[in-house]
Amino acid sequence: MQVNDNNFQPVIVAFCCNWCSYAGADLSGTNRLNYPTNVKIIRVPCSCRVNPMFILRAFQKGADGVIICGCHPGDCHYTSGNYYTRRRITLLYSMLDFLGIERNRTRLEWVSAAEGAKFAATMQQFTEDVRKLGPNRRLEDLRCRKQ
Amino acid sequence: MQRIGVFVCHCGTNIAATVDVKAVAEALSHEPGVVISQDYQYMCSESGQNLVKDAIKEHKLTGVVVCSCSPRMHENTFRKAAASVGLNPYLVEIANIREQCSWIHKDIATATDKAVILGKAAVAKVHLNAPLTAGESPVAKRALVIGGGIAGIQTALDIAEAGFDVDIVEKKSTIGGKMAQIDKTFPTLDCAACILTPKMVEASQNEHITIHSFSEVSEVKGFVGNFTVTIKKKARYVDEVKCTGCGACVEKCPMKKVPNEFNEGLDNRHAVYIPFAQAVPKVATIDPNYCMMLKNGKCGICSKVCTAGAIDYKQQDRFIEQKYGAIIVATGFNPINLDKYDEFAYNQCPDVVTSLELERLMNAAGPNGGTLLRPSDKTHPHTIVFVQCVGSRCDDEKGKPYCSKICCMYTAKHAMLIREKYPDTEVYVFYIDVRTPGKNFDEFYRRAVEQYNVHYIKGMVGKVTPKSDGKIDVQASDLLSNEQLHINADMVVLAAAIEPDKTARPLATMLTTQMDTNDFFTEAHPKLRPVESATAGIFLSGACQGPKDIPETVAQASAAAAKAIGLLVKNSITCNPCVAHSDELLCNGCSSCEKVCPYGAITYQDKEFRMPDRTTAIRRVASVNPAVCQGCGACTVACPSGAMDLNGFSNSQIMAEVDAICK
Ligand SMILES: Cc1cc2nc3c(=O)[nH]c(=O)nc-3n(C[C@H](O)[C@H](O)[C@H](O)COP(=O)(O)OP(=O)(O)OC[C@H]3O[C@@H](n4cnc5c(N)ncnc54)[C@H](O)[C@@H]3O)c2cc1C
Ligand code: SF4
Ligand code: SF4
Ligand code: FES
Repeated sequence: MQVNDNNFQPVIVAFCCNWCSYAGADLSGTNRLNYPTNVKIIRVPCSCRVNPMFILRAFQKGADGVIICGCHPGDCHYTSGNYYTRRRITLLYSMLDFLGIERNRTRLEWVSAAEGAKFAATMQQFTEDVRKLGPNRRLEDLRCRKQ
Repeated sequence: MQRIGVFVCHCGTNIAATVDVKAVAEALSHEPGVVISQDYQYMCSESGQNLVKDAIKEHKLTGVVVCSCSPRMHENTFRKAAASVGLNPYLVEIANIREQCSWIHKDIATATDKAVILGKAAVAKVHLNAPLTAGESPVAKRALVIGGGIAGIQTALDIAEAGFDVDIVEKKSTIGGKMAQIDKTFPTLDCAACILTPKMVEASQNEHITIHSFSEVSEVKGFVGNFTVTIKKKARYVDEVKCTGCGACVEKCPMKKVPNEFNEGLDNRHAVYIPFAQAVPKVATIDPNYCMMLKNGKCGICSKVCTAGAIDYKQQDRFIEQKYGAIIVATGFNPINLDKYDEFAYNQCPDVVTSLELERLMNAAGPNGGTLLRPSDKTHPHTIVFVQCVGSRCDDEKGKPYCSKICCMYTAKHAMLIREKYPDTEVYVFYIDVRTPGKNFDEFYRRAVEQYNVHYIKGMVGKVTPKSDGKIDVQASDLLSNEQLHINADMVVLAAAIEPDKTARPLATMLTTQMDTNDFFTEAHPKLRPVESATAGIFLSGACQGPKDIPETVAQASAAAAKAIGLLVKNSITCNPCVAHSDELLCNGCSSCEKVCPYGAITYQDKEFRMPDRTTAIRRVASVNPAVCQGCGACTVACPSGAMDLNGFSNSQIMAEVDAICK
């Protein structure tokens, strides 16, 4: 189902690792680089702290898109955390396919603490992409729906 | 029942200009558990902090949410304020409504809405925060330096100077590293041995320094302040304590045809050897690959001539275990192997040598006693061609992508020394670029060109061909005049790229430190923390971190020592309490968590449990060492039983944030 509603405001959850991406998000703030208010950030120590359950939970509770941001490969503060993340998200994609949730609603990005501009641009793009996909209805638990 | 206080900061107009702070405070005051919700101009100021402290006391708060700038700015400020009035600092959460809201949004209505949601997520999280206490762990007052080159020696001397015990583990039979092999040093041309050997002696005589030569690190356990290291003292078949270094054994050893690695294989040594006259420790070592006694039980002459009775053919590798507070890596570098460079005929012609070999050929203690002679026929070379960047700055997989940094300078040094000593010798240097940044470096290079008439030619050497008359044809292109050249040379010297020691990678794995793709150790921050590794308690010294000359190596060595001393003076260190822990009742001992932990923080214990039917059962369960765990959370996701959780970022806390944002 495609909704062509430009007023549709997707709910987007962004998980950002403390060492790179959260700092990158701060930098885009310091540099006043705008991105949509739809994006709300949750700080995690490392991208590998993001349990796929959190992502499914977000979809169930009405999120329209979830983005996970971590340090670039080789730069993880904990050496190898982002490699686990990459593997886990790859597996999650197949599961999302199976559940019938567009895999483009979930994204994994590497953003360093210096890439404020990349952070803002990524969020801008992701919000646009999710907006085009329309609301997430597949997994949303209607009992959780706002009245 | 939770009693939560919310404090919304204006940050002057930084927040207040785009977020209606009063509306945020009002909206959050209706959240469950919130008993007070206020706004203030500058929450981080003294009066702002007092506002928070007073509210904690007056309302007996059990949790605090500050809606302000990034937690990376002031989380600690507010945690300290809370702690000062008796609230556990980990019951404070920050909602980042400046960097991640007011600064990036323009529309007041939507920005305010977002700030409210971020505040709600923080309130939802703080409901589930548990008080945490940072543990303390003691610091062993001893340092380990791995590698005994100039870097390791300088670091050890500085740490000893500060009064701490320090051990040097050196894999070769003497300390000194590459610098002991070098003849004279740029840019001053003073003799390397004259400045190095006094330092080697100083290290051996310092009461705080223990040198384990001919030794390697075989196991590293533990964590910052508390490493347990097993050192393997390899069998040298000579009792280190009894040996006086007199050299009688060396003189009488009949096995004389062993390539001498100290002279880069340019001459031979005996099966029992002392690498050079000023070796430290000055102790003989028997090479088991060549000793006839060790190989087939025939000979035994050295044990007969040794008056000290130090020879011990039955000596075995020994292992010693020692506790250290800090570890400094100083494993240095090596020139790359040139086997793949057929075009330079390195393996075909003895008169094509590396720069390090040239150092030995020119050294007074080298194979020719300091007279520069061709290795093939021991004649004096009249034309010498230097080729720079052999294997450096390469884009193929044969060489290294980086600049080896020291070659331009040592080539200028070699060229100058040769022209000085043998003015009848013509010296050509082929270069891509001459890179001489450094104090007095460019002046040094210009002296080689202007004063010593060294022929510097910008261009590449295409092929080196040994000729039947003993000469060497060097075919090259001169890029500036666009000409093809042929030089009829007597010797060719290759400035081989340098690379980290081959043992560095397994060592990095043992130490759980990071390396770059070229196997140089990675610093914790390339600008701000250049001598620390990202692993707490492990420091980097010298060329193991990247190509360096001696002045830079020594500077870094002293910096690493200063950082290590800063750790060793502490009696204990505070640990991060945001670590993982497993719920023993849920854990099924599957080992999934252990496999993903990058720090080896998880171990297993067999524990006795009382079952519901009053019987007892022994089960294997995971336990996390809070001093080792760095709190990444990898294990929490790997755990299939939901037993593993992370303090400060627990499953339920993150879920609560997700719910608050999606609602
Ligand atoms: C041909 C040449 C000429 C040079 N000329 C100059 C010059 O004129 N001026 C100048 O400033 N610089 C010069 N340099 C550079 C200089 O050699 C280096 O800056 C310096 O040696 C670096 O010291 P280091 O202690 O870091 O490494 P190294 O000298 O390589 O010492 C490392 C030590 O660690 C030991 N080791 C390695 N791995 C282990 C392990 N796993 N366990 C235990 N021990 C280990 C090694 O055996 C060695 O003793 C020259 C280099 C070359 C190649
Ligand atoms: S949180 Fe990370 S460091 Fe701590 S035990 Fe788990 S995997 Fe190891
Ligand atoms: S992964 Fe979970 S169940 Fe398995 S050993 Fe670790 S804590 Fe126990
Ligand atoms: S710390 Fe950023 S991905 Fe691991």
